[in-house]
Amino acid sequence: MSEDPFLRIEHVTKRFADVVAVDDADLTIRRGEFFSLLGPSGCGKTTLLRIIAGFEFPDSGEIYCDGVRLTDEPANVRPSNMVFQSYAIFPHLNVFDNIAYGLRREHLTPSDLKVRVTEALAMIKLEGLGARWADELSGGQRQRVALARALVRRPKMLLLDEPLGALDRRLRETMQLELRALQKSLGITFVFVTHDQEEALSMSDRIAVMSGGRILQVATPRTLYEAPSCREVADFIGEMNFFSGWISARDGASAQIDLGALGSFNVVAPQSAGTRVLVALRPEKIMLSDAGVKGSVSAAAFLGERSHYFVKVESLAEPIAVAVQNSALTPGHAVGDIVHLAWSADALVILPAD
Amino acid sequence: MLSLSKHGAQARGLKVTGEMDSVGSGRDGFGERLERFYRRSEGARGLTLLSPTMVVMLAALAAPLALLALYSFWSQNGYALDTHLSLGQYAQSFGRASYRALLYRSLVISSLVTLITVALAYPMAYFVAFRVGRAKFVWLILLTIPFWTSYLLRVFSWKLILGYNGVINSGLMSLGLIHQPLEFLLYNPTAVVVTLAHAWAPFAILPIYVSLEKIDRSLLDAAADLGDGPVRRFFRITLPLSLPGVIAAAVVIFVPTTGDYVTPALVGGSDGVMIANIIEVQFDKVGNWPLGAALAMASMAAVGVVTLVTVLALRAAVRRIR
Amino acid sequence: MRKKNHGGGLLAYALCYLAFLYVPVLFLPLFSFNQSVFIAFPLSGFTTQWYAQMLADDAMLKALGNSLVVGATTALLSTLLGLLAAKALTRYRVPGGAALLGFTSLPLFIPDIVLGISLLLLLNAVAVPLSLLSVICGHTLICVPFAITVLMSRLEGFDKSLEEASLDLGETGWTTFWRVTFPLALPGIISSLLLTFIVSFDEFLIAYFLAGNDATLPIYIWSQLRFPYKLPSVLALGAAILVASAVLVVFAEWIRSRGLEGRRAVMVGA
Repeated sequence: MSEDPFLRIEHVTKRFADVVAVDDADLTIRRGEFFSLLGPSGCGKTTLLRIIAGFEFPDSGEIYCDGVRLTDEPANVRPSNMVFQSYAIFPHLNVFDNIAYGLRREHLTPSDLKVRVTEALAMIKLEGLGARWADELSGGQRQRVALARALVRRPKMLLLDEPLGALDRRLRETMQLELRALQKSLGITFVFVTHDQEEALSMSDRIAVMSGGRILQVATPRTLYEAPSCREVADFIGEMNFFSGWISARDGASAQIDLGALGSFNVVAPQSAGTRVLVALRPEKIMLSDAGVKGSVSAAAFLGERSHYFVKVESLAEPIAVAVQNSALTPGHAVGDIVHLAWSADALVILPAD
Repeated sequence: MLSLSKHGAQARGLKVTGEMDSVGSGRDGFGERLERFYRRSEGARGLTLLSPTMVVMLAALAAPLALLALYSFWSQNGYALDTHLSLGQYAQSFGRASYRALLYRSLVISSLVTLITVALAYPMAYFVAFRVGRAKFVWLILLTIPFWTSYLLRVFSWKLILGYNGVINSGLMSLGLIHQPLEFLLYNPTAVVVTLAHAWAPFAILPIYVSLEKIDRSLLDAAADLGDGPVRRFFRITLPLSLPGVIAAAVVIFVPTTGDYVTPALVGGSDGVMIANIIEVQFDKVGNWPLGAALAMASMAAVGVVTLVTVLALRAAVRRIR
Repeated sequence: MRKKNHGGGLLAYALCYLAFLYVPVLFLPLFSFNQSVFIAFPLSGFTTQWYAQMLADDAMLKALGNSLVVGATTALLSTLLGLLAAKALTRYRVPGGAALLGFTSLPLFIPDIVLGISLLLLLNAVAVPLSLLSVICGHTLICVPFAITVLMSRLEGFDKSLEEASLDLGETGWTTFWRVTFPLALPGIISSLLLTFIVSFDEFLIAYFLAGNDATLPIYIWSQLRFPYKLPSVLALGAAILVASAVLVVFAEWIRSRGLEGRRAVMVGA
């Protein structure tokens, strides 16, 4: 995957009546990247995708693809193809004709057409099912047909609108791996919309987290997880504990952060001394040891490979969530047990206070 | 191969702009901006699609009705049309006792027809909605067929049935039950009511059926669970929830029936004349179009008022039940 | 299903009701085969002479031809207008859409006589002579609401993404209509054509006001009702029309429901 910019979305805003669906979105997607738009329902990710596809037009802002201005172009001339959430398989055509639908304008000879469609069917592993009708296919099969129909046109970019939402968990996980592998082998740019953060984290090269129409942070999955830029992103991705603290002293690049009853830690943070900050800490970065912050277990759940605990610490209103890898060596804890929590300073994520 | 290099884009006629170009740079002409507005505005596209139908409707419905209203304020002077605006025709329509009586009779007949038709249709609709399983489609088709067959023929067959030498009379006589044909069957308001109730029956069933069908069955189950028997369930849940369909059926029947022409003409005789017959006479034989127009407008107004009052009263009554 | 212990009474009512709907009309075919010229009991023997007489009546055949022409034209016009309107109202968010829809349904709530005379006034005012064309205008007016209702119910179950998918795959709005919208709406279109044809074919009053010298079939029938000796052949005609209408209605409904069932699962989406 190269670093070169492929799709540029510049200050795009879109309003529906009084609702701002997309608010000044600014984004660059790289060639050959698997890029996800992630966020809760109503955050504007689907609207942004539809603007890229050409089904909605922005009220302000521009879209460029490979240097060409796409902003006002209708959907049918854009270099992208879309896989719809409902799959949109034409019910009056069989699988073969569905896949061949977009090839009509290329005026291929019948034999060339057959070759292309058969190729596409093989790519999605539905060989031999060309004569089937849409209502004879399962949900997963229909999804593949939608994929093949889009990819057979060899677009520069594939747009996917929550394509795995309707599938059951097993199938969804299989399809996630397949889609990722497909994208890598084809080398084309995928723009993937989802509300499932695990899905986005597992499949994407980079993710844009959206909320209320705004893009909150664009980063690799690891960066989003380890270094979220604000509370919303931290909260949305994985589970997170939040504490409030303040910078008690500075020494060059490093700062001393005071977390009250939880202690003081030496971290790298830009805020000046005296500033209040929000500190975020992942549950799995907390260790149960012999020394550290004392608390008592208020809830415990055994989840097979992990155990989740809620630990009530005096002077803190909310219990702290702790996730511990289960092994033969670590004993389980029951409600009421006294435990000690410890973590390393660099596990702390410093965020601006709300 | 779809390739969107600058060269490819130019070949396909797309605008190729440099990075520095911006929207509204002034190069866009009015035509291009109009085209962009059109593409972006869903409402504009929808209205364009709707426009042919709207134009036809305006020409064939709005304009004629406006003209009708206009005529009702004019007068007929022998062979000439006097276009001075006056309320003379309305004075005649409401002033002459015979016209008033006719209007009143039309409203009464229409109300009777509506009541009878709706009352008879409700159990039928209830049956299909609640008691029929897989054969719903068959029942609905059977009930729909008469809806589409010629109204003229249906009225005509009642004329045959109710006539002096008609089906009922000759049948009863040949069975020996009567010795003289019954004269009260035909050429009176009763014949009109019976015929119209029969003709409008299918119109009543469908709206009532649709609103009954929409009722969430789990509401009834919940009521049963809370102790209501079948009769109470019907009056407390089914009936109120189906009332929109009943009101729709009533309006669909009442409004056109008041202006019905064929039935009173064929089976009404001189006692069963309705307002539409008099209107037709003005246009066909008498040639007093302004009066005909005024009578038409007056009857529509009367019907409108009655309908509005009744619907509002029914809605208030429903709210009282709840 | 629900308890059926009250079913018996309601079923009996339903059957009686069906009888009430059909029996009066069934006298038409019954007496059309009756030997006597009088429509009365007792029946006097089977004959098909009235059908032969009907088919030999030139005036009747001409009126039939006129009705077929008017009906077919009305069906095409009203279905076309209805399709455009239904598409506009279901597919796009049109400002004032509900009001516009109400306006198009207005003919259903205005008595035919009022529609007839007001169109007569208009045609008279613009000095257009009365003819089958004016009848077509009037009939189209009353058929458009039917067409819109049938087509809207068909188009409403339509997955909007299907048209978007077609656009995404390179088709223009127009080719999308022909390749996707039209084939999928076809059962509704056929149903609308059939139903509007029947409405026009059977319509009497508006045709009576707006026809010039050419009669449609209902106008012809009306003119024959005055002559008792002509009654049996009118019955024969009536019976034939009833059967034809019934067949067309069943066919129209069958097509409409067939379209819905087969593809419904897919229409709704994933």
